[in-house]
Amino acid sequence: MTQIDYNHSASKTTLVSAHDISIKLGRRKILDRVSIGIHAGEIMTLVGLNGAGKSTLVRAFLGISPLNSGKIVRAEGIRIGYAPQHIHRNAILPMTVKRFLRLGGPATRESLESIMGEVGAGAILDTAVSDISGGELNRVLLARALLRNPHLLVLDEPFANVDANGQVELYGLVKLIRDRHGCGVLIVTHDLHFVVSGTDKLICLGEGDYCVGAPKDIFGHPLFINVFGSGLCEQCLPMGTKKNTISPRPSETPANMGA
Amino acid sequence: MTGLLDDFFTRALIGGVGVAIAAGPVSCFVVWRQMSYFGTTLAHSVLLGIALGFFLDIEHLLAVLGVCFLMSVSLLLLERQRYLAADALLGVLAHAAFAAGIVAVSYLETLRVDLIGYLFGDILAVGRADIAWIFLMATISLVLTTWHWRGLLSVTVDQDLAAVEGISVHHMRLLTVLLISGVVAVGMKIVGILLVVSLIIIPAAAARRISVTPEQMALMATIVGVVSVFLGLFGSLEFNVPAGASIVLVASAIFAVSFVIPARWLPNQ
Repeated sequence: MTQIDYNHSASKTTLVSAHDISIKLGRRKILDRVSIGIHAGEIMTLVGLNGAGKSTLVRAFLGISPLNSGKIVRAEGIRIGYAPQHIHRNAILPMTVKRFLRLGGPATRESLESIMGEVGAGAILDTAVSDISGGELNRVLLARALLRNPHLLVLDEPFANVDANGQVELYGLVKLIRDRHGCGVLIVTHDLHFVVSGTDKLICLGEGDYCVGAPKDIFGHPLFINVFGSGLCEQCLPMGTKKNTISPRPSETPANMGA
Repeated sequence: MTGLLDDFFTRALIGGVGVAIAAGPVSCFVVWRQMSYFGTTLAHSVLLGIALGFFLDIEHLLAVLGVCFLMSVSLLLLERQRYLAADALLGVLAHAAFAAGIVAVSYLETLRVDLIGYLFGDILAVGRADIAWIFLMATISLVLTTWHWRGLLSVTVDQDLAAVEGISVHHMRLLTVLLISGVVAVGMKIVGILLVVSLIIIPAAAARRISVTPEQMALMATIVGVVSVFLGLFGSLEFNVPAGASIVLVASAIFAVSFVIPARWLPNQ
């Protein structure tokens, strides 16, 4: 097992890596021999159409989805903060935001207020979880994930339910969190604008295959173009960026993931 | 204590309070996780447990507990398949167990006399051994619920989130169904097979509107249960009506009152 760099330096320490993993749902193959590593200090974004296996891959990284073959390797002692896309807000269960955050672990009122301020959630600590808006819930889930002081932050569709202004704010926030906490970040999103502005590495899933690399390289990849269309790629590419062609299979292999 | 337990009414009171204490926190998880039908399924299997107790000549409560545990584990295993939803599985298990219970009982000549007692409960026939079992179950229930409170609550809120935060979802789900089984097994003696599910639904339902935290709701559910036992038993003595049904009626009345309390009198939700 790899020991994590606990000083949170933006090193290339591998936090979690998938080695040749395959997952089937019934007879349908969802993921086929996928090998990807997530490194400390890196923002990695996972994109793909519905049914491409994004959630399955994230669940595999989190260790809550059984594998048919391959293995997931986690750095020793790793703490993962996870903000799911949504949770069932059960009004039958009386629970304030404060109590919900403390379910993740003990925390003082001051630390809760501080973390809520950091994610821009406002003064809703004493509000019932069932009474907050979808956008507020996204921020509360992010706050709960951050309270774990994670080495790896996994955000599933963090921009869903958030208005346009809030999305711009969240774009910046994710980068800020990475810089401040030094953690690796894995984001699942449909929002390609974020991919352009804030991602170090992009994974595209589709058509039973995947490609992984820097966004500017992936935008020129045949798989990405097949999945999202070339027009979309042109919109997403920053001005003056030249599309590169990369190999059809991933640019990184299990052999160099721990680099 | 020995002298105190000589009186059948006192034994009933102590036994009823023990069941209310065991049921309070557990009933909250039944309501939060919408497991009422699961409770009904366990109640349907009680008859089979009683018949097995006679066949094997063992303590009936132990036999009922064994059957309830078996039903719980069967459900957890069956839930892994993707072809039927939980309510359909519960329907199959409930009625299969009840039918098996009826067939098993038909072989027991002696039980026919007591069948009404098992169906409607016979709290006034609660013996010293019953009280010992009830308080053993209440102690186990309280200790395990308190010990695993955060885990049980986390899994109730979101299973994936709980799993990522290091909680064994499988163990918490197993613990929940086993605790419910235990309450059904001891509650059966107090209110009978037909009404036992009420003990794991009504106290929590009555506590919801007057609680602002999960812990408060668990405590209030326990208090509602204890008050229902006291008022129900004294009411049954006063009006000469069945004790188990009286307890359930009082709990239902508290539930009704909790729903008509004006919102301004309640703590901020």
